[in-house]
Amino acid sequence: MSIFALLALAFDFLAEYVGIICLGGALFIGVGGYIAGVSNSWFGLSPALTIPIATLGGAFISTLILLPCLPLRGIYFAIISLMYPLVLPRIIEALKLFGGTDGIAGLTTFPNIWVDQYLIIAVVLISLFALRRLVSEDMGLVLHGIKDNDQAVRASGINITWYKIQALFIAAAIGCFAGAYLSHLYGWVGISLFGLDFSIMPIAAFVLGGPGTLIGPVLGAFILTPLSEMLRAFGALRIVFYALILVGFIVFRPEGIMNYFQRKYHQFERWIEV
Amino acid sequence: MSNEAILQVRGVSKSFGGVKAVDNVSFDLVKGKILGIIGPNGSGKTTLVNLITGFVKKESGEVFFKGKNITNLPPHKIANLGVARTFQITRPYYSLPAFKNLIVPLYSPRVKQTTGGRLGDRDAVAIDLLEEVGFERDARVPYKLASTLPLGYLKRLELSRCLALRPEVIICDEVFSGLSMAEIATMIPLMEKLQIEGITLMMVEHRLRELFQLVDRVMVMNFGEKIAEGTPEEVMETKEVKEAYLGTEAG
Repeated sequence: MSIFALLALAFDFLAEYVGIICLGGALFIGVGGYIAGVSNSWFGLSPALTIPIATLGGAFISTLILLPCLPLRGIYFAIISLMYPLVLPRIIEALKLFGGTDGIAGLTTFPNIWVDQYLIIAVVLISLFALRRLVSEDMGLVLHGIKDNDQAVRASGINITWYKIQALFIAAAIGCFAGAYLSHLYGWVGISLFGLDFSIMPIAAFVLGGPGTLIGPVLGAFILTPLSEMLRAFGALRIVFYALILVGFIVFRPEGIMNYFQRKYHQFERWIEV
Repeated sequence: MSNEAILQVRGVSKSFGGVKAVDNVSFDLVKGKILGIIGPNGSGKTTLVNLITGFVKKESGEVFFKGKNITNLPPHKIANLGVARTFQITRPYYSLPAFKNLIVPLYSPRVKQTTGGRLGDRDAVAIDLLEEVGFERDARVPYKLASTLPLGYLKRLELSRCLALRPEVIICDEVFSGLSMAEIATMIPLMEKLQIEGITLMMVEHRLRELFQLVDRVMVMNFGEKIAEGTPEEVMETKEVKEAYLGTEAG
């Protein structure tokens, strides 16, 4: 749940504040998860070390492999970033790297329920407020400028590639943390970490919660994940109902929950005054 | 008056497919003067601007700024050296208030360097810059979203974004186009003021009468080639120019 909240947050930050549509959620989860898995199982490091290593190292690797397509914009970047999570599991399968299709089992799990369940909520909140702070700072303005008009930013003497790299690194770090956390939660890493759920679900949460609000996608993830679990009762029809709810949202509330409530709140305030 | 060339363009060329957009163009930008560049539609003026500022890769030729070769530098490095440009189609950050648009250039390495990192309140600096280019008539305008501003203000915003860089050269790509006579009349003193402040201007224009009030020299382009250069009077007398560009109008 919080995993999806983190991914949705990263997606919202990149899409609405930097103008990069990145479907690489599964890539971040996979890279983060595998780094944590390998460093834990092969080198015997404790989760307190593997998670930071996976967060930073994974962000570095993800940024590096997405670097060549950074000049691409919009849908083109989205396609390439979606390609990696499809390609990497095939490579792992074919070369039998890191245990091949079996993955790496027997990782250290978290010692108690507090770390297990609540640490990640704290991280969601920290990332949320950190990103909110960032987008209102000067660097956030520059990123916003890149989204609105990247040529004008270049004419203003600012290296847009460097700023895009920084933004991508931040988003990738959030995603890789989620992946590393997930691997220690399950005690196992495997190619299902590259599952497209991790790329697509954040977008659903983003649409539902309200693009461009940062808090909205987090709320969206907190609503969608339990909803998806509840719909399990429908068995195979689950995806159908899930899709119907999403379509309903896109048709009737395209602005998302958060923007809708924000607007209602402002209307309500004004209504009191008049 | 010195005739020191601040920007030297030597034989730059660029083709798009089979079309020679800019063909072996050379000229000097003299420090503190205003150079006008005119030519019919599609004669390669905007491409020339893009070539000089690095937005389009040059096929051949070289560009020197204060003796330094800037031919293959990327756009942001050229801007940081002090060659600012405006865009013909205004490119504001639509979802930001007008004055926030200027925070981006104020954040550039060049501004940090020239002010030694002590710029003070960036918002106040941005508002001052907007007043300098003529936003002062209505105090609320700088706080409006750029997407709600009329074209006249957007063109001024383009210019102020250049000024925020404290440039030595400003390349204006049709700042007058799409403006009313009254609006142009208020822009002309602004350009004169910039020249007095020592900024070298290169103005790409279609509005000849207004341009000729301002410029010291004019260069005429047609089909990507430079066909004439001189004072406005000299250029108007040239046969090629009359034929290529002014033929119908002056005829």
